[in-house]
Amino acid sequence: MAGAIGSGRQTPAAPFAIELKGISKAFGPVQANKDISIQVAKGSIHGIIGENGAGKSTLMSILYGFYKADSGEILINGRPTSIPDSQSAIRAGIGMVFQHFKLVQNFTVLENIILGAEDGAMLAPSLSKARRVLDQLSREYELDVDPDALIEDLSVGHQQRVEILKALYRQAEILILDEPTGVLTPAEADHLFRILNGLKDQGKTVILITHKLREIMEITDTVSVMRRGQMTATVKTAETSPEQLAELMVGRKVLLQVEKQPANPGRTVLEVENLRVVDEHGVERLKGINLHIRAGEILGIAGVAGNGQSELLEVLGGIDHGTGTIRINGKELDLTGKHSDGQSRRADGIAHVPEDRQVLGLIMDFTAWENVAFGYHHAPEYQKNALLMDNAAIRADCEAKMATFDVRPPIPTLAAKNFSGGNQQKIVVAREIERNPDLLLVGQPTRGVDIGAIEFIHKQIVALRDAGKAVLLVSVELDEIMSLSDRIAVMFDGRIMGERDPATTNERELGLLMAGVAEGGAA
Amino acid sequence: MDYATFLQLLDTTLRLATPLLFACLAGLYSERAGIFDIGLEGKMLMGAMCAGTVAYLTGSVWLGALAAIVGSLLFALVHGLASITFRGNQLISGVALNFVASGITVLVALALFGQGGRTPPLEGGARMGEVTLPFADALRSVPIIGPLYADVISGHPLLVYVGIALVPATWWLLYRTRFGLRLRAVGENPASVDTAGVSVARLRFAAVLIAGILCGLAGAYMATGLQAGFGREMTAGRGYIALAALIFAKWRPWHALWACLLFGFFQSLALRPDVLQSVGLRVPVPVLDALPYILTVIVLAGLVGKAVPPRAGGEPYVKER
Repeated sequence: MAGAIGSGRQTPAAPFAIELKGISKAFGPVQANKDISIQVAKGSIHGIIGENGAGKSTLMSILYGFYKADSGEILINGRPTSIPDSQSAIRAGIGMVFQHFKLVQNFTVLENIILGAEDGAMLAPSLSKARRVLDQLSREYELDVDPDALIEDLSVGHQQRVEILKALYRQAEILILDEPTGVLTPAEADHLFRILNGLKDQGKTVILITHKLREIMEITDTVSVMRRGQMTATVKTAETSPEQLAELMVGRKVLLQVEKQPANPGRTVLEVENLRVVDEHGVERLKGINLHIRAGEILGIAGVAGNGQSELLEVLGGIDHGTGTIRINGKELDLTGKHSDGQSRRADGIAHVPEDRQVLGLIMDFTAWENVAFGYHHAPEYQKNALLMDNAAIRADCEAKMATFDVRPPIPTLAAKNFSGGNQQKIVVAREIERNPDLLLVGQPTRGVDIGAIEFIHKQIVALRDAGKAVLLVSVELDEIMSLSDRIAVMFDGRIMGERDPATTNERELGLLMAGVAEGGAA
Repeated sequence: MDYATFLQLLDTTLRLATPLLFACLAGLYSERAGIFDIGLEGKMLMGAMCAGTVAYLTGSVWLGALAAIVGSLLFALVHGLASITFRGNQLISGVALNFVASGITVLVALALFGQGGRTPPLEGGARMGEVTLPFADALRSVPIIGPLYADVISGHPLLVYVGIALVPATWWLLYRTRFGLRLRAVGENPASVDTAGVSVARLRFAAVLIAGILCGLAGAYMATGLQAGFGREMTAGRGYIALAALIFAKWRPWHALWACLLFGFFQSLALRPDVLQSVGLRVPVPVLDALPYILTVIVLAGLVGKAVPPRAGGEPYVKER
């Protein structure tokens, strides 16, 4: 290959698939990428890890032509390449699988694959060619999908395969995947890794962006760590450890395992019997849930997103209606009437850290101190007199909570949207935990939260448990469920598939339950 | 009601449905690309005024039609700039353009002709002539089918046939060509088009400009085909009725044709109160006049099934990280 010979003078081995030299990019005063250099060997799987806001996405957006770097050089296969737009990136052989898929929901798989890569003004020839190529690709790489299926009818795992096929159809030699496993079951993630290894065996180069250390350790050959816009290290995966990577990411030692004493459960706080929820389309989302949680105990609900966990949280939190029985401290809750709302639930001692903090947990345009008061704004200490609220008191309270929960920056007058994901979550957690509830509902406590803040939030949840409170934890992160929970219940299709002891179960067993494989196998 | 009256009713339906159809297809292109266009009304009005004026001044209906297209395109361009380039609110931009059109058309006509905001009546070559289809006279004597062909199908201004031909053409463009695939994609998920390396703005501009051309033709037909000259507010809400028809049709070309014919039929009923009286229905004329508008409200209130608009409709595209 001409390029290989040309660049052979500097690098005696084969040229790197991608080489970045001194890439810098600033958005106003924020330096998103600072003098980044990285070399990715051809036919390897290269991991990039870093906390949220470390600059990973910016770097990849530069590689895919979404942004133009302020300075620096990109070399593809040893040749300097300018990538002003996505079209050039595709031409340079770069394919990108975004975290949020870029698919047209009501198009077929084939239509999505040819979109932007059609061969001519008429669709028919492109479609039949794509059908042939797709057939071949799917046999080659375990990427089988029905070419005529509509995207909206496919599972998330299959949609991701369509994204990979899109890149391969455009003859990508370098595949970048941004947080690809966030939405997958463990089995789907394993399948994805098999596909990626297959691509590697065919000589393609894979860049995997993730914040999951376990994945980095499992599949990558080399790994680069980013922190605050800079590349802090690039190491061979075989020569590093999760602890070392975590330290490089955060800049200090991090406890990866939650430290907690054995649970000391007391009386039963929450009892749920035969809980059912039907959504607005008449689909039954919860199909008879039974569970209980005792004081001083964390019950973890594992499951792939969309199997009824959200509905469970919302009925318990008074957002959604349902049928069945829910008792808290022996008192039966109103599930349909006028006491079925968040205000009544809080009065009954239930606090709720919702799954989507930006939609249900905070008002993004409002200040931190206003957000700290929401839901508890009737509290006597927030009132000046019968008519007016005591804003100064709320601000002071917010300042105190920010200090306790290490919210950065500790400025109560800053709008919620101006905090990072982790600090937004700390504001919500602070508001709910500081009210000392009997039962804490917590959904996806660490979604989009960086490692340092995860450690802190986990400690707070365990501290609440140790204070003798009941906690219901819903998370799609199996690691989180396994390390925090005292008991694990697995949900699938609106039912609880089974309960396990985190000390004796393993990921494989939970993964099977999450995929709906019933206990004992035969139905 | 005898057969002849029925045929007259159908004949009027076809004539009245045509401006709706052009406007409806205009909306279809624009909204399929993700740009809401509430300004169909204003563009039609602008087209009608330009057509009436230029056709009168030059004596040529086709120069009038060209002027209508130019005038309407100008408005489409402003809508494109506001909603695509500057990512403004598409509804506000459309409403604003309607107001501007409502005022400026009367202003120009008044300044040029001083006839209270109308253009002078058009005659001869300044009006859109009627096209007699082949064999219309020969087949007239065939029972049932003959009069239907000769009196309803034949004998309309050219644009009536162009409008109907645009329906299969639009279907073909939308579902069989690269342009159509990209157009539909950009209205559903512009990010998918952008990451495929295709310009979102260019596609959306193309759609908005096509809508401009079609609205111009709708206006030209109103001023030179349906009537003989431009009159103040002559579109009378047809742009909004076309939007209702578009929703009724769920943004699909063939359904758009049926929806526009239905609305056209109601409009023609309003012109012929005697027809309803002859079958024993005594409906006051104002109620008949209001019928298309009442139907519009019913459709817009979502009472005619669930219509899922293009998913990215109304939202300016902003590249995200």
